[in-house]
Parts: sequence; C-alpha cells; structure tokens
Amino acid sequence: MSNLNQAMIEKYRSSFLNEVEANVEEGHWVKMCMQCGVCSGSCPLGPHWEHPPQELFMMIRANEREAVLKSDSMWMCTSCYNCIARCPRGLPITHIMHGLATYAKRLNLVPKKQPTAEFGQMFWDSLSKNGRVNELKIGVGLYFKDGFAQGVKNAMAGRELGMAMMKTQRMNAMEYFGGHKCKDTSGIQKMLKKAQEFEDQQITRFDGKEG
Amino acid sequence: MSENKTGAYICQGCGLGERLDTSQLVTIATRDGKANVAKEHEFLCSAEGVKMIQDDIDNEGVNKVVIAACSRRAKTDAFRFDDVAMSRANLREGVIWVRPDTDEARETTQEMADDYVRMACAEVKHMKLPESSGEQSLNRHLMVVGGGISGLTSAIEAAKAGYKVDLVEKSGELGGQVGKLYKSVPRKNGLQGYVDSEIGELIEAVNANDNITIHLNTTVAGTEGAPGRFKAELATESGSTSSIEIGAIVQATGFRRYDINQLDNLGGGKSPDVVDQMGFEELAKAANGGTIKRPSDGKEVSNVVFVQCAGQRSNEPGHLNYCSGHCCTTSIKQAMYVRDAGGDATVLFDDLRTPGATGEDFYRAGQEKGVAFSKGKCTSVDTSGDLKVNFKDLILDEDATANADMVVLATGMVPASGPNPYLQLELDEAKNQEGQEEKVVKLEAELAKAPDSILNLSYRQGTDVPHLKNGFTDSHFICFPYETRRTGIYTAGPVRRPMDTSQAIEDATGATMKAIQACENAAQGRAAHPRSGDLSFPSFRKEGCTQCKRCTVECPFGAIDEDEKGYPQYNEARCRRCGTCMGACPVRVISFENYSVETVGQQLKNVDIPDEFDEKPRILVLACENDAYPALDMAGMNREEISPWARIIPVRCLGSVNTIWITDALNSGYDGVMLMGCQKGDNYQCHFVKGSEMAHYRMSKIDDTLKTLNLEKERVQTYEVSIADIQRIPKLINDMDKMIVDEIGMSPFKF
Repeated sequence: MSNLNQAMIEKYRSSFLNEVEANVEEGHWVKMCMQCGVCSGSCPLGPHWEHPPQELFMMIRANEREAVLKSDSMWMCTSCYNCIARCPRGLPITHIMHGLATYAKRLNLVPKKQPTAEFGQMFWDSLSKNGRVNELKIGVGLYFKDGFAQGVKNAMAGRELGMAMMKTQRMNAMEYFGGHKCKDTSGIQKMLKKAQEFEDQQITRFDGKEG
Repeated sequence: MSENKTGAYICQGCGLGERLDTSQLVTIATRDGKANVAKEHEFLCSAEGVKMIQDDIDNEGVNKVVIAACSRRAKTDAFRFDDVAMSRANLREGVIWVRPDTDEARETTQEMADDYVRMACAEVKHMKLPESSGEQSLNRHLMVVGGGISGLTSAIEAAKAGYKVDLVEKSGELGGQVGKLYKSVPRKNGLQGYVDSEIGELIEAVNANDNITIHLNTTVAGTEGAPGRFKAELATESGSTSSIEIGAIVQATGFRRYDINQLDNLGGGKSPDVVDQMGFEELAKAANGGTIKRPSDGKEVSNVVFVQCAGQRSNEPGHLNYCSGHCCTTSIKQAMYVRDAGGDATVLFDDLRTPGATGEDFYRAGQEKGVAFSKGKCTSVDTSGDLKVNFKDLILDEDATANADMVVLATGMVPASGPNPYLQLELDEAKNQEGQEEKVVKLEAELAKAPDSILNLSYRQGTDVPHLKNGFTDSHFICFPYETRRTGIYTAGPVRRPMDTSQAIEDATGATMKAIQACENAAQGRAAHPRSGDLSFPSFRKEGCTQCKRCTVECPFGAIDEDEKGYPQYNEARCRRCGTCMGACPVRVISFENYSVETVGQQLKNVDIPDEFDEKPRILVLACENDAYPALDMAGMNREEISPWARIIPVRCLGSVNTIWITDALNSGYDGVMLMGCQKGDNYQCHFVKGSEMAHYRMSKIDDTLKTLNLEKERVQTYEVSIADIQRIPKLINDMDKMIVDEIGMSPFKF
C-alpha cells in the first residue's frame, strides 16, 4: 500500500488540499474553514491534541501533507460532536477527522502504537471473523497489547470489576474460547468481502490507474 | 406682546401634594415670583388641568406660563401651548424623588421646591417668544459635488423627491471610482459571486432626469450664504463661470488611492507586477473575462497573492491607522476573477472582515470557488526575481513564502476632503503672535501638502468642511450620522468615513434626506439637529459689541461671519443654537429670545440664600440639557438621593455658560458651583462638538476671579459626565456638599 502513498504524492504534488478534497470523506469542506478556532476551543480533548482541527485545516492548505497524515491528532477525536454543533460555517469536523484517519490508515501512515488505531483494528478483526464483536477477547487483547507483564498488571487492577461482572452474569469466561457468533457468519463475511472489493476499486481509482 | 402676564400652575399629582406644601408654593409664585395668576391643581397634566391653563391663556391674557410639576423632559405633549413663553419648575424628578420622605427632610425639601418655583418665575419673565428671522425662503434646490456612486445616488434621490439638482463633477465623465471597476460585489445574495455594476444604469437615469443639471469638468470656485440661500460659483475647465442658488449642499467627493510607493517593503513601486486593488481592477477590465495579463511582460497570470491590510490598520509612520472596510470583500472578488480564469489565488489576511448583508455569503462563495485563504501577516515581498511573498503564518506560527505572478496590495481609502479649514486660521493667528516661528513653519509645511479646496466657502472659519479624524469630514461617527460641522452641508460616501459601494449608496440617500430637511427647516427658521425645530437664534446688541471676534472664532459650526467692520453676522440658518457664542461674549451682548444671560442669571439670583449661620449651603449646578440633565432626571426616577442644597439649572450646552454666571453666583453667596457637560477631546460626546471643551478652557481661567474674591478654587468645579452617570452625578453633588461642610466651610459672601 505504501506505493499508493507514493502515487498520491505524485498525483497531487501541488496541492494537498485537492488531494484531501478528492480522497477524504467530507474533505471538500476543508476549504470552507474560516479559521475562527471555535472547533479547537470546543474540543474537550483539545489540550491533548498536537494539532487541533483548525490547525489541521490550515496545515492541509499549507501543503503540510506528511505532518497531517502522520499526525495522531485526528485519532484523538472521540466523536463528541461539540465542534460540529458549534462550527459557524457548518463544517462536519468530526467526520472530516475520521475521514483523515481512514485515509492515513489506507496509506499506511498511522503512527505506531496509536491506541485508537490498534483498538480499531482489534474491533474490526473480531467483527469480521464472527460477524459480531467478542467483548471479552477485545478486552483481554487491550489489556495485553503492551506486553505480557503489563497485561497481568492491568488484569490484576481490574480483577474486582471482572469478578463482580461474572457474579452477576454480565461476563462469561468461556466466551474467550470461541464465543458465540452470528447466525450466518459466512454470509456476513461474503458481504464484507464484497465491500472490500468496492473499496479496492476506490483505491485503484485513487491510484490514477483507473477512472 | 404688549403686556406680560405670568401664570404659575402648581401640580399636586405624583405625590407632590403629599410631600410639599403647594399652597405655600402658590404664595411664593405670587409674592416672590410676581405671578399675576397662581393656581394649584391635583393633576395638572390631565385634560382638565391643561384646560385650566389654556383657559387662562385664552381668557385672562396669560402669555408667560410657569409649570411647577415634573421635569421639562416629561409630559411635553400635554404641556404644549402655542404662542406663550414657558418655564418648567422640576419639582418631581428634581425635588421629591431625590429627597427622602422623612420629617427631618421636609423643611429642606420644601425650600428646594420654593426655590425652583422662584427660579422658573424669574426665568419666564426674561423669556421672549422666538420667531423665525425670515432670512431665507424655501429653495428646493441642491448642489451635489462629486459624480461618483454617492453623488449620482444623491442626485437621483433628490430629483425623485422633487428637488432640482446641480451635479458638479471635476472630471470629464460620471461614475467615479465605481465606474472603473470590472465587476461589483452584489447588494443582494452574496452567494452568487460578483455581478455586473449598476453604475451604467444609474448614470443613464441621471442623464435622463430633467431635474438634474450635470456640470462636467467643473469645480466650485466659491460658496457663500447659509442653508436656504447658498450661492455657488461654478468654474469650468475652459474658464467660463456660472452662478447657482441652492438650498443645501451634498459633498460626495469620495476617496483618493493610497500611494503604494510608500509600501516599498511590500514591493510597492518596485515592481510593476505589484499593484493596488484599483490597479488590478483596471487589468481585469482590460482582460474582460479572459486571463489577466501582468504589466511587466504581459504574461498571463496563473497565481496571484492578495495582501490584506497593506499600509493600513497600522501605526507605522505614513500608514493609515484605520480599516477601510471594503478591502477584504474586494480582494475576495478579485480572487474570484483569477479563479474563474483558471488561476490560483491566495488571500493573505490577518482579520478577514466582510461587513454588510451579503459579506459573509460572498466570502463563502469565494471559498467555494477555491480561493485560498491564509491567516498570516505579510512581512515583505521580494521583487528581485520572480515575486515571492514572505509571511508569518499566524495559525501554524511559522515563517512561510508564497510564489506569485502578481501581488495585489489591499491599500486603504484616503478621504478626498478639502483642506482642514482651521490650519489657515491657526497660521494667521500664529503669525500675529511673537515667538511662534516654529509653529508658523510647521503649519506652512502642513498647508503646502493640503489638497485644493473643494467648496471654497467664504466662511469666517475657513474654506471647507472640518475634519473629524484622519481627514474624514464627519461630525460624530455614532451619535450624528450624516451631520458635518457646517450646517446645510452634508458629506456622503468615503469622504465621510471609509465604506464600500452599498454603504455609499445608503449614505448618499441619508445625506440627501438631511439636505432636503435642511432646506425645509431653513425656510421656516427652524434649527437642524440636535435642537431640531428651535426657532430662537442669537442676536446681539450692536452698541455694546467690542468686535472682539470671540464669538466668530469659537462657534463650533462656523456659523458666524464678520462684516467689514468686524461685527458678527449670525446667519441664523447656519446656527445650531448651542449658545457657545453667548458663553464666549465678554461683554454679554449676545442672547436668544428664550435663552440669555438674563434667563439663567435671574434664576440663580432668585434662589433664597440663607444666612451663613443657618448652615444651609447652596450649590449651583449648571447641567448640560443633553446628557447631564437627563441623567439627573433618571437619578430621580431611581430615587438616588441628592443634597438638598443643590439648585440645578439646565443649560443648552456647557459652551453657553458665561463666566458672569459663576461670578454672580459666588457674589450672591453660593458656596459651590458645579458645571456638568459632556466628554470633550478627540472622543468627544458634546452635541455641539466643541462646547464642553470651550467651557473647560474658560473655567480653567476662573481661578483669577476666585483669587480676587479671596475664595478657595475648589468652590468651582467642571465635570465631564455621560448620560449613563446616574449614580455618579448625585455622588459628585453630594461630595461637593460634604467638602463644603467638612473642609472649606461656608462662603463669606452671604448678605
């Protein structure tokens, strides 16, 4: 996929804004930003972002492609929709953030160990395998994502909650071994496969090889 | 008016009857006030009460009326009697509402009311009924100077109202700066992008209108007279002259382009490819929808950078310190030209402002078209090779550079006003004084740079409309839109303040309405804003006049000329009736029929001054009727307590306060005198521009008088107050009371 990145660089050499407009979900809105900064001021996680939305938009216009796509800022969005509710220009900022994250993922530019990205991947793997999400597996996976020792520490810290949930039958340890699936797993998988084909077509279109 | 008969009417309503002994007030009015008729009524502003007064006017021959009830600012419709002089004693807002309702306070409250009745009776005795001078008749004819969008709008609006118009244009064609534009910003629906200019249709309409006479290649060689009877000499380029008689004047001389050579760090004057907005319009007009070709080598431009706030909103020397208001929108429009021809356009802005109803949508339309907007401050333009714009990106906080085929500098509007009329006067004065050589040199240098006169007024106070700030010919940006400091001459468009086309159209319409109003008012001898409708005007006793010229110099509106012997000529229609001349006159020969040195002087002399040992001081408050007096009324409505020793007299403007009143007051035994006027200085709020300032200046010289009387200088104080000072003004009065009682003691001048 990294050659897709190279292809995009060459295709939109002059303007990252045009690239975003063409390839990122809701990306055509970026040019409408008037730099008031209300989004950045409204974001509850704003102080933890390296580049708040207003700045990301300015960076897009300033052709700072690498810095935007390799940034972990848009991965910090929790979809609280404060920015969308408040943007005086009506930009769908939350959607643009997710669009940028998705695009960075496609181009394989996501920062290593980005927790949101890792969680997303786990969620997706679980979902696409069984047609539904196995919460226990995801939970354990997250506990142990930073290594075995850290995983044990995490598990010990959460053991009381875990025991309580088992007691009240909110969690079943046996789920870890297989777990239950949706009725028609293969049907779901077929649907996902078809969707993936459409996506791939999109990407080849991005590649400039097909129309 | 052969015989004077005064009627005093005392109201018992609104609690006056309970709080005051009104029968005693009747006695005061008859005994001290010498009223021929004095009556009480339980509800004076009722139909019955008003009828009682009207009956006395009709049947008893009462021609001077004293209403002792509420403030003169209340119930004006009820207490409106034709053909009688009237004075109002403010017993409600001024007495019972500012005093506590207690047994201890009853005596002093009654004394206050007694004094106000005495004062009103004294005032009305010296008032005459004002009549129009009849100096001018109705002349429904305007002169509009300037044939741009503002002037054309003014001409057509006046013609629509049935007025005749002489439209004077210096150049050979109508249209002005707007006529040079390729396209316009729409006045409706900004999302549609730029539109064709409406100026062509407007010029046609003006050409076709029978009420409008167009004078091209013409300037105004001289203007004299007053509203309703102006005479103007028009001189054409070829040398012929003609004379017109007009009722009022609209000056719509627009703006001059800021000289971009002054912006050499931004490439101004260093490269032909760095132009201002008007320069870019010319190129766009030449391209007529095609790709714009740059001046240096005729290359088709594909990348243009627009630098906002070039040489404006900046305090650097030579820069304009104001925002011209239209430039952001204009740059967006021009960037659209570039985008529509397939090029790239970047607008480099610090604060993007698109005022007006269509502004925000027009901005969106620009963004939709893909105009790039970068928030950044341009530091320099490198013209050595291909143009490079260096700027500081204010969002990313980093230095950046943009390449450009052309750079457009959004420079500001410089008002095309005439010279500051006071410069020449100051120079003449400085030349007559010793030790002013430096000032003379400075003023001469400034005058050498001054533009040619536009109206060539033959006024005592110079040839043109005075400037407010930065050469704009306004009077007050917020309080008095359209007014200038020359009655009957209205300025419209960017000569008054920076503005865009739609604002100029609106401004010209407003100014035209004011000009029409000025003609109609002048014909009836009525004052213009702010004493609208006032029929009184100043006159002087010639035998007493020493030709000192203080009134002609100090008039804030340049209304007063001098005849060949140096006597003042008042020009009633140019007068705003502030009374600054009356305050200035050292021999006190200037008066209005209903407002004079006597009407106020007699009021303060008729206040009962108790013996020094009664420990009842008296404080005279001369309060400007525009701001200070309404604030005092509101203090009454809010039941703010005011010292019982204060006696408040409203004055037209603090500028009308003659120092004789202060001297008289101190001689009669007042313990303190307070003058309350509006804010003065650059951000003045004075309704008569300079009145408050003049008063402060005159009062700064009162110390000598106090010294000769051997009195403390704290006894006379001048204040700048605003209409919102509802708590502050009572406090100032109470502080004065306290200071007299606790610190300086009673005045020794009580007889």
